Amino acid sequence: MSIEVRGLSKYFNGFKAVHEVSVKLETGSLTALLGPSGSGKSTLLRMIAGLEVPDAGEIHLTGREATYVTAKERNVGFVFQHYALFKHMTVYENIAFGLRVRKQTEKEIKDRVYELLNLIQLTGYEKRYPSQLSGGQRQRVAVARALAPRPEVLLLDEPFGALDAKVREELRDWILKLHEETSVTTLFVTHDQQEAMEVASRILIMNKGQIEQDGTPIEIFDKPATHFIAQFVGETNFIDTEVAEKGLAVWGPFRFSINPTLAVKRKIRIYFRPNDVYMTEQFETLQVQAKIAKTRFKGTVIEYQLDIGGDKNISAQIPKGVALASGFKEGQFVYAAITAFHVFPL
Amino acid sequence: MGFTLTYLSLIVLIPLAALILKTTTITWGQFIQNVTNPRVMASYRLTFGASLVGAVINSFFGVIVAWVLVRYEFPGKKLMDALVDLPFALPTAVAGITLTAIYSTNGWIGSRLAPLGIHVAYTPLGIMVALTFIGLPFVVRTLQPVLESLDPEIEKAAVSLGADRWYTVTRVVLPTLLPAWITGSSLALARAVGEYGSVVFIAGNMPMKTEITPLLIITKLEQYDYAGATSIGVVMLAISFLLLLTINWLQSKTGQYRIH
Amino acid sequence: MKETLIVSFRGTRNNDPARALTEPLWVRWVLIAIALSFMGLFLVVPLVEVFASALDKGFQYYFNAIREPAALSAIKLTLIAAGVSVLLNTLFGLSAAWAITKFQFPGKNLLITLIDLPFTVSPVVSGLIYVLLFGLQGLMGHWLKDHDIQIIFALPGIVLATVFVTFPFVARELIPLMQEQGSEEEEAAKVLGANGWQTFWKVTLPNIQWGLLYGIILCNARAMGEFGAVSVVSGHIRGLTNTLPLHVEILYNEYNFTAAFAVASLLTFLALLTLVAKTLVGAKYSRERGVLTTSLENEVTP
Repeated sequence: MSIEVRGLSKYFNGFKAVHEVSVKLETGSLTALLGPSGSGKSTLLRMIAGLEVPDAGEIHLTGREATYVTAKERNVGFVFQHYALFKHMTVYENIAFGLRVRKQTEKEIKDRVYELLNLIQLTGYEKRYPSQLSGGQRQRVAVARALAPRPEVLLLDEPFGALDAKVREELRDWILKLHEETSVTTLFVTHDQQEAMEVASRILIMNKGQIEQDGTPIEIFDKPATHFIAQFVGETNFIDTEVAEKGLAVWGPFRFSINPTLAVKRKIRIYFRPNDVYMTEQFETLQVQAKIAKTRFKGTVIEYQLDIGGDKNISAQIPKGVALASGFKEGQFVYAAITAFHVFPL
Repeated sequence: MGFTLTYLSLIVLIPLAALILKTTTITWGQFIQNVTNPRVMASYRLTFGASLVGAVINSFFGVIVAWVLVRYEFPGKKLMDALVDLPFALPTAVAGITLTAIYSTNGWIGSRLAPLGIHVAYTPLGIMVALTFIGLPFVVRTLQPVLESLDPEIEKAAVSLGADRWYTVTRVVLPTLLPAWITGSSLALARAVGEYGSVVFIAGNMPMKTEITPLLIITKLEQYDYAGATSIGVVMLAISFLLLLTINWLQSKTGQYRIH
Repeated sequence: MKETLIVSFRGTRNNDPARALTEPLWVRWVLIAIALSFMGLFLVVPLVEVFASALDKGFQYYFNAIREPAALSAIKLTLIAAGVSVLLNTLFGLSAAWAITKFQFPGKNLLITLIDLPFTVSPVVSGLIYVLLFGLQGLMGHWLKDHDIQIIFALPGIVLATVFVTFPFVARELIPLMQEQGSEEEEAAKVLGANGWQTFWKVTLPNIQWGLLYGIILCNARAMGEFGAVSVVSGHIRGLTNTLPLHVEILYNEYNFTAAFAVASLLTFLALLTLVAKTLVGAKYSRERGVLTTSLENEVTP
């Protein structure tokens, strides 16, 4: 089932939770809705599910108008952040719930529940109660429960938010595999960018009720469309300066070649990622001299704070192996260049 | 939703409105007369005074009972804990006649006090006893959950800083209990002020001396002085409402919603 | 390390840190004695007194007093009034808690305060308001007389007054309970295709069953024992408009003490039963309130 929303809006007491959002998701896609708290992503998801009624706009499911169709009729599956499992029912009964409501036969129900238990790798747990399961197990049951009535769309609201880091990682892989096996159109909400980039093939970044960018993980990472996205996704340095002359901006010893249409003296902000800072011990062309002020070990990378003189510094990140091989030390003088950056007028 | 509001209106709002409406049929001057004449004033003094005494007694003993029930073990503790709710579960009329029987001059306790010149039944003292009985569960039950959820780490911290037990209890633990304590005492007070059944038997009901305000309302009704009864009723209602607001405010401060 | 610290601060008083965590033994026993005496005086003595006085003239007298026609009809009236009150107020409590938890609307706090109002109003005032509304001199008095409907001094009045005083009991338990539980499970049921009724029966009700029962127990106890409010609206007509508590009053005022206590003992049995039920259900209820954020959350197994 494809999902399309047009001009969708929702306001809470004048606060624009979602404002004129339009997007189309193809059948079988796996998309992430990424954004900070309060960006409206959960509200958007809930409107698609039928749990909230939009104040304006339309929702179409597989081409059919569904804006005011009840949640029951939409045939969507929804997974909550805190699982919302029925605490007084066993795992079996939880998964069977949607099927019982549709008045399927006992045999049909039994077959489907066991099929799903197998899928979520919890065969043998059918008589347990939610209170007897771990967080990760509960979430898997919640997914199974949502999938039981064979929905055409699966919506997940920060599904792994309440779990430990390690469990989150494992469930991420699991969701990817699940999607490969079931090919259900899936849309999930998260505030964790790593999760969005690892799992989804398409990311919608939401901020202040609107979609600021719509693209693949690489596009989002390498070509952020707005200030907000440049700062929100990945780590960044940013520097404020102004256009020095046509096509050129200057900051300390660095010279940036920029869009020539920007007016001279226009204030701009330049973003660049720490891992796009290139460091060597010997001078090569276009590099700037810097002193390593601090080093920080960050697991797979080492971060260097580079002092480029005049109270200015930037951070650079180098993969651990390369860094150790080069032998960079605090206090050492190196030469740095910025290999990629983005400019936004202020 | 509709059912909720309809039911609420029918049972609560409309009858209460009747009370307010009835008062509009008498002049303001008459109203003041009705609620401030000497007999009525005497009943206020008695009702509030005795309620206050009862609430204070319950405050003092209530905290001890709550402490003992939460922190100590002793035989019969579970039984005592369950019994605390007796004044709440027992019909007021039963409480009334029983207390009277016990404290009258030929009663179990009354007979022992009479030679000492202490008369309980048919005196304000008896009213205080009855109101203490009726308010007993409120302080205890409000304090218990707070005591139970106290973090023992806090007391350990006090000890590690050099405090002895008395210091820890009086300066660290009891102040934490203060909001709930006040709430519980207010609830006991509110209940006592409106109490009728358990008091009317032991009170003696002599105007100006041992007549409580609720009884006065009934007396006026029986005399068909509807205006008088209504006026006093409005005063009592206003006080109930005030106490209710105060208690809700107090409970919102302590994070508790209600006691039962 | 801790021990030396304490010794250096307070001298020899508290060498053992553990000892400073609770009161000295003698203090404990004194406090227990005070608590027990207080409770004994105010709770146990009256209990004993009821039964002692009831049986003052022997068992035969006791049973006769209970089986006397006026007493029996008082029992019947009490049961009717309580039954209706419990039923209606339970329905109300459920619908109010549902509305408050599920919907957003202005004046929620006002609604909750209004629901609590009968709890703080004096029983006499509770009865008074119905007399003012339905009594002969009341607002609707003439209309009722014309239609030959008797509310005050008759069964309907008694039932109404009882309903009023027990109004909040079920709602007061359910509202915080349902608020705490949130409505996610109901939303999940909704998305899975359940309609309102199915959601209520299969999802909501099992989650509130103990709170509901607890509220019903309290509501019933108050309904059967109500005295002040019912006294005002009843005509005190023996055998007709007397509930059990009123019947106790009549017997007492006639100096028929033993019979009065005999009937009172029935109510006392009810109170004791209520205490037992309350304790049993109470334990399950507190578990219902703090459920499902259990220790397995931090396990590593996915």
